[in-house]
Amino acid sequence: MSQVGFGEITREGLWTNNVVFAQLLALCPLLAVTGTATNGLGMGLASTAVLITSGLVVSLLRGAIATDVRIPAFILIIATLVTLVDMAMNAWLHELYKVLGLFIPLIVTNCAILGRAEAFASRHDPLRSAYDGLMMGVGFTLVLVLLGAVREIIGAGTLFADAALLLGPGMAFLETVLIPDYKGFLLFVLPPGAFIVLGFLMAGKRLIDFRIERRAEARRAAAADAMEV
Amino acid sequence: MAEGKDAKTPAPAEEKRGIKQHAVYPTLMLGLFALVAAALLGWGYETTKDPIAERRAEDLRASLSQVIPETRHDNDPSAETLVVDGHTVYRAMRDGRVTGIAFEVVGYGYGGAIVVLLGLDPDGRVLGARVLSHAETPGLGDKIEVARDDWILGFDGLSLGDPPSAKWAVKKDGGRFDQFSGATITPRAVVKAIKGGLEFFEARRARLLAAEILEAGS
Repeated sequence: MSQVGFGEITREGLWTNNVVFAQLLALCPLLAVTGTATNGLGMGLASTAVLITSGLVVSLLRGAIATDVRIPAFILIIATLVTLVDMAMNAWLHELYKVLGLFIPLIVTNCAILGRAEAFASRHDPLRSAYDGLMMGVGFTLVLVLLGAVREIIGAGTLFADAALLLGPGMAFLETVLIPDYKGFLLFVLPPGAFIVLGFLMAGKRLIDFRIERRAEARRAAAADAMEV
Repeated sequence: MAEGKDAKTPAPAEEKRGIKQHAVYPTLMLGLFALVAAALLGWGYETTKDPIAERRAEDLRASLSQVIPETRHDNDPSAETLVVDGHTVYRAMRDGRVTGIAFEVVGYGYGGAIVVLLGLDPDGRVLGARVLSHAETPGLGDKIEVARDDWILGFDGLSLGDPPSAKWAVKKDGGRFDQFSGATITPRAVVKAIKGGLEFFEARRARLLAAEILEAGS
């Protein structure tokens, strides 16, 4: 296998092989917590941390892991990491834990982490695997925040509500009320709203991909015409 | 760099021959992994056990101070506990007299249990009530949290006789407490839980305030 460049890992994680839009993974935590942009951001950051460390650990141990039992081995590694993160946050980052606490065990249900361990970290060196984890995590976080933001704006008329509770008083400036005296649109706060918004976002991504491809094709055709002339 | 060399290794299965080909290897490897994972988790648990217990105690003290004003007591109510009929009761004392008690009551809302910490004065009036945990719908039912709405403060100073028993309900049910637009089940559950707490106190008043009686007798 040839060496994967960091640029390609970045592109894959953020767009072409995005955890949600392209791989359709991690939908359980995605749909569950994106009621607000703030919650999405919190879940994204916690997942990114686990993605990076699990990529690193799986990659370091990839020589020792027997192929037949690699999946249970990966699950063991990921579950151990998540539990350690959960306990450490509860003990030393208690304020953050009280807000994010609910999401931490949910990270185990994020099949994207297992997916990256299997598809990437078990075949690449630790540095690349950690970087892949970072990029996949950032890509995931972007979708979480986007989905959370759309649902929050339509559902409650606010953006980044309670950001100060999650990220500290310094981030209070993020909290904005976009539509004052808005009655709210309950459907978008509840899980069905997550499915609806996700559907539109995915359609939007496909549309952009389609446009890019058509433009590239037109350019190729133009180039071919020029050659013939 | 080392990573360049590593990246060229093909699939992990073809990497090494020898012990990895042995039939027992996967079993041993997984067993070893489980052992290391268990050791790590045990170590993590031991290291975080005390800080977590401390944080919990701090949380409890912080919640108690919200439902029983600090000025009412000279003891640490979180350490002054009494178990009455399965309820852990925290008692605030001053000069050896019970000046307030607090205990948890549970209501069942739209998303499951709503745990409310209820603080009462010796006459059975609400000193304060705070929701400790719930799983109600964000944006609707979560107005029972004091951080989001001051609805829960509306219970302060009330008791079983004030308002009369029939009025201990949300307005929709003919009571005096507001429901939220789009969420009636949640406030209904909280009102019911607090009323239940007051009745619990009324029925066991003597036992809950026992120290006062003992002090008076001695």
